[in-house]
Amino acid sequence: MRVRLKIWRQKSPNTRGQFVSYPVDNVNPDMSMLECLDVLNEQLTENGEEPVAFEHDCREGICGSCGFMINGIAHGPLPATTVCQLTMRHFKDGEELLLEPWRARAFPLIKDLIVDRRAFDRIIASGGYISVSTGSAPDGNTLPVPKEAADRAMDAAACIGCGACVAACPNASSSLFTGAKIAHLGTLPQGKPEKDRRAIRMVTQMNLEGFGGCTNIGECTGVCPKEIPLEVIAAMNRDYLRGNWHARDNVVTTIRPFTEWSYGSKLQIDEQSQS
Amino acid sequence: MELNARIPSGPIQDKWDKARFEMKLVNPANKRKHSIIVVGSGLAGGSAAASLGELGYNVKCFCFQDSPRRAHSIAAQGGINAAKNYQNDGDSVYRLFYDTVKGGDFRAREANVYRLAQVSVNIIDQCVAQGVPFAREYGGALANRSFGGAQVSRTFYARGQTGQQLLLGAYQALERQVQAGTVQMFPRTEMLDLIVIDGHARGIVTRNLVTGDIDTHLADAVILGSGGYGNVFYLSTNAKGSNATAVWRAHKRGALFANPCFTQIHPTCIPVSGDYQSKLTLMSESLRNDGRIWVPKKKGDKRPPDQIPEDERDYYLERKYPSFGNLVPRDVASRNAKHVCDEGRGVGQTGLGVYLDFSDAIRRLGRKTIEDRYGNLFEMYERITDEDPYKVPMRIYPAIHYTMGGLWVDYYLMSTIPGLFVIGEANFSDHGANRLGASALMQGLSDGYFIVPYTVGDYLATNKLEKVNESHPEARNAVACVQQTVQKLLSIKGKRTVDSFHRQLGKIVWDYCGMSRTAEGLETAIAQIRELRDEFWENVNVPGSADDLNQSLEKAARVADFFELAELMCIDARERNESAGGHFREEYQTPDGEAQRDDENYAYVAAWEYRGYGNYPTLQKEPLEFEYVHPSQRSYK
Repeated sequence: MRVRLKIWRQKSPNTRGQFVSYPVDNVNPDMSMLECLDVLNEQLTENGEEPVAFEHDCREGICGSCGFMINGIAHGPLPATTVCQLTMRHFKDGEELLLEPWRARAFPLIKDLIVDRRAFDRIIASGGYISVSTGSAPDGNTLPVPKEAADRAMDAAACIGCGACVAACPNASSSLFTGAKIAHLGTLPQGKPEKDRRAIRMVTQMNLEGFGGCTNIGECTGVCPKEIPLEVIAAMNRDYLRGNWHARDNVVTTIRPFTEWSYGSKLQIDEQSQS
Repeated sequence: MELNARIPSGPIQDKWDKARFEMKLVNPANKRKHSIIVVGSGLAGGSAAASLGELGYNVKCFCFQDSPRRAHSIAAQGGINAAKNYQNDGDSVYRLFYDTVKGGDFRAREANVYRLAQVSVNIIDQCVAQGVPFAREYGGALANRSFGGAQVSRTFYARGQTGQQLLLGAYQALERQVQAGTVQMFPRTEMLDLIVIDGHARGIVTRNLVTGDIDTHLADAVILGSGGYGNVFYLSTNAKGSNATAVWRAHKRGALFANPCFTQIHPTCIPVSGDYQSKLTLMSESLRNDGRIWVPKKKGDKRPPDQIPEDERDYYLERKYPSFGNLVPRDVASRNAKHVCDEGRGVGQTGLGVYLDFSDAIRRLGRKTIEDRYGNLFEMYERITDEDPYKVPMRIYPAIHYTMGGLWVDYYLMSTIPGLFVIGEANFSDHGANRLGASALMQGLSDGYFIVPYTVGDYLATNKLEKVNESHPEARNAVACVQQTVQKLLSIKGKRTVDSFHRQLGKIVWDYCGMSRTAEGLETAIAQIRELRDEFWENVNVPGSADDLNQSLEKAARVADFFELAELMCIDARERNESAGGHFREEYQTPDGEAQRDDENYAYVAAWEYRGYGNYPTLQKEPLEFEYVHPSQRSYK
């Protein structure tokens, strides 16, 4: 089969980019989208042109390196599949495919289809871990973990950090990514001691990076190659709210007399409950 | 050069305790004054960088990917072994040690393997505390399964993504240290040379893969955890970026390379479907628990599998190995698949494949059970091949999966260059000639969390290192070498792409130094590799420039190193006149076609010293002594 690839070409962050259209003949339906790009790049190199830069590594859907938009859908039309495992048989002979990089303010473009996703690392660094140093762990079976909790934690932990959720979200929110880590660690008993602190710090960092807010659209989970459920965002919001509430508790350390304001509101509540 | 493995004296179970007690310590207040470079951020590199940061050292960690979380350890599926004996089935540190030495076909160092088995139990504890979501029983205890033909259930797992979860644990610990300021992370940065000053490893030269800047990083010790060299074969289950450049450049600076010919071939991968193929996909070997492997009895039988009657099928593993059947170890299963395909009985369009048939299992256990056990693997197979394995037998073929060889290290994981430590798949130490399933994750984490943080401290405490700076002639020389290579690659402007050379190199190595080898074939391979390498340096076409992101240039530099390493693999395979584990020399087999070891002449580690390109490397031998596990012939009949 043959396809036409219309690809975003941009030499560097500071130069103007544009779509360039390339025909690729001799496409084997069994080859993956990335192998199709390999074929194109071989052609371009042989013709003395610069090949298309795209990120990839494991090519088995687990490392999270690869990803771009195909006809406006992150990772293309097949659900739960990264572009490295998306085979060309899912496209029609002669079809034109529009390939463009993840677009989000927090993911600045580096070259062609490659963007800088270091914001994700900084979100993890802000609190996406359990603070336990090497050597200080008790025996693995000391703390029983209910099977259901382990399974739920694993569902969230499956995130590969590819960034498709951000690219698909009209707000460029990274709530699914951040929520996945908060839900993974917060579901396990080992992660409970730092639950509040973790949520506050990770959400704060996420906002600092310039990601948008979540407005419950759900595009993120729709394109997620690991089908991370939307519930992780609810878990993030719960932990964040509870964390802030607890943090407020911790600040008030002495008993103070009623202020006029609190006295007043108390009265109102009393009146309401009587009526 | 005399190889001294520095194995502590005394009974094997006390060696590691003794070594730890005898090690000198670095004063806690002085730790931050020592800088340590870690190259690679996988299970070994990531866990080492995190642990050293926790101890208070000043750590710089480098990876070529955009984030340390992408290291290829992430792709490991099956699990991680540990001698916990949680299942009360008779496992022990000694049994894990015994199984690993035997599984490695008696070509590993006993003391290292014993320590690995000892430390295995701490790894699980550490990972659980970090929040790795291991599979659990309903009562909340950790679940185990038996794996890779082991007689005990000692494998811990997190669905089919154990490597991912363990790596994310190490990555999170690493990011915690980044936040604490003890580790500085350099993603998209590739090590291109080692700086050796006064005989000690003192730094590395790197290329920033985005800006093209060539930089010098100096330190008091350098740790390489940069993985294996399976991509010499072009088609392998490794990630596309996995490369041997860090270890190879260290080798050229004086670190000895041990047992390069010990490579592992995994029997259950999805076969090659065309010339465009960029990598091979592995499917968990657990499939062999229920699937039956067969080929047609007749040569060139192109009928679809359901039209081949039962009595015209050859279930060759069950026929040849009645007691182990389809569960023979990886090397045996792979070799037999190659034999039947060489006879012309292979299946699929290319003839390079055998059937893995679940129809009996589905009939016996019901589709539901098979779905529960292998559902995700069947789905993956269908996604790639467009065939439904519930209806049509899977086609599988062996592929390169892991390399047991690597830089030679002593008991303290230090190479022949003082101050250069090598951990994980990048070193040669623990798996001998064949690695058992679920042991690679164990070794990476054991080296990184529990061994190298101690041994590096001992090195720093016992060596007084002069202050050096970037203008030292050795540092400037290394930078100049790197710049020269980069400029040379860009200036050739030949006719062939880097990939076309790499593919051709891979084919040579696969044909002559793959599943079975002969002296004659290896000599042919050496000649062909040299010829191709010369052509590469005259006719390769690397487009683009050196001062921005240039993936062709990255690949070209890696392939240039693969050429030299491929030659060394063939030299080592030619020199080892025996068959052991993954190294099968056709001349050395038992009358019924099994690997024939020669313990009298080859019970040694072959460590090669670089003598300049075109010169034959010098072989140093570290004799292996087996005090505890007596070498025997592996038999699976």
